[in-house]
Amino acid sequence: MIGAMAVLLGLQLIGEVAVQISGLPIPGPVVGMVLLFIALRWRESLPEALRTTAETLLSHLSLLFIPAGVGIIQHGARLADEWLALLAAMVLSTLITVAVTALVMQWVIRRQRGARWDG
Amino acid sequence: MDKKILTDIWVYLAASPLLWLTVTLIVYLAGLWLFRRSGGRAWFNPVALAMTLLAAILLLTGTPYTTYFQGAQFIHFLLGPATVALAVPLYLHWDRVRQLLLPIVIGLLVGSLTAIVSAIGLAGLLGGSPRTLLSLVPKSVTTPVAMGIAEKIGGIPSLTAVIVILTGVVGAVAAPALLEALRIRDDAVKGFAIGVAAHGIGTARALQISSLAGAFAGLAIGLNALLTVLLAPLIVRLLHLTP
Repeated sequence: MIGAMAVLLGLQLIGEVAVQISGLPIPGPVVGMVLLFIALRWRESLPEALRTTAETLLSHLSLLFIPAGVGIIQHGARLADEWLALLAAMVLSTLITVAVTALVMQWVIRRQRGARWDG
Repeated sequence: MDKKILTDIWVYLAASPLLWLTVTLIVYLAGLWLFRRSGGRAWFNPVALAMTLLAAILLLTGTPYTTYFQGAQFIHFLLGPATVALAVPLYLHWDRVRQLLLPIVIGLLVGSLTAIVSAIGLAGLLGGSPRTLLSLVPKSVTTPVAMGIAEKIGGIPSLTAVIVILTGVVGAVAAPALLEALRIRDDAVKGFAIGVAAHGIGTARALQISSLAGAFAGLAIGLNALLTVLLAPLIVRLLHLTP
């Protein structure tokens, strides 16, 4: 558990440093994720401790967003003034995005399968 | 007990990180309990329940958000290692990801553009102010990255954080039913679409569908973060949006 946390934090740290040095507009934790993925592929195995720690963290992923979400209390005035625009953007745009992404992916998958059968 | 003692204890605790850290955990567990009691009904989203309850507690006790965050930041901090941990489901499902490389690339491009353009388009039509529009641009990207993008393009990072989280809640609540209605059967496609639109909170929901859906949602978080970092400034410049 502690070892696995050290691996996750260590890779995030390397990621943050790499971003600072390179000036790339990529977030440090995403670089850390790529590094961990490469390391796992290279090892060709997943240590048990890392698997359980990652699963525990990810199964409570929604908890981690709550502190930032409570920040809503700082924006009362803007929310009251622009609630309709914000609500439409958050609800409709999110549903449209889910639908468009899923339909486009499914369409490409079917075309690929079709092409494989034809050729 | 003396009223003065109670006030003293409150004054002491209200300013210490321990109180708000503990309260956040308890409120989350309560939200999770309600969600499970409801039979996992999507409307009882644990994040939405916990946010509402915590916001009410802070407003009622007159606690400033900065005081709250001093305690809650320890939870917020774990977003970093959790993002790194997304490599694990990705590693476990890599074979499926490799098979679907082309659908992933095309789905990501179209989905990412749709998220940005539909959000600022709708909000613009309904009279959103320029700063609100700019804060909406990264709404489908995971919180820490979205806040960075908002800052760079002239939005309000803390407003973006709230928008991002509510977007995630909408995705978690509505996306599974929507995908069902669209007759999407493939868990990989479901997960990826939820991840592109609703980042980590959607991913938490996708992990409940299946580990495969969770892996694709996690993949989508990382990829959409990378792409939006590149797309957001371009779109803002093309549309001549200024704060």
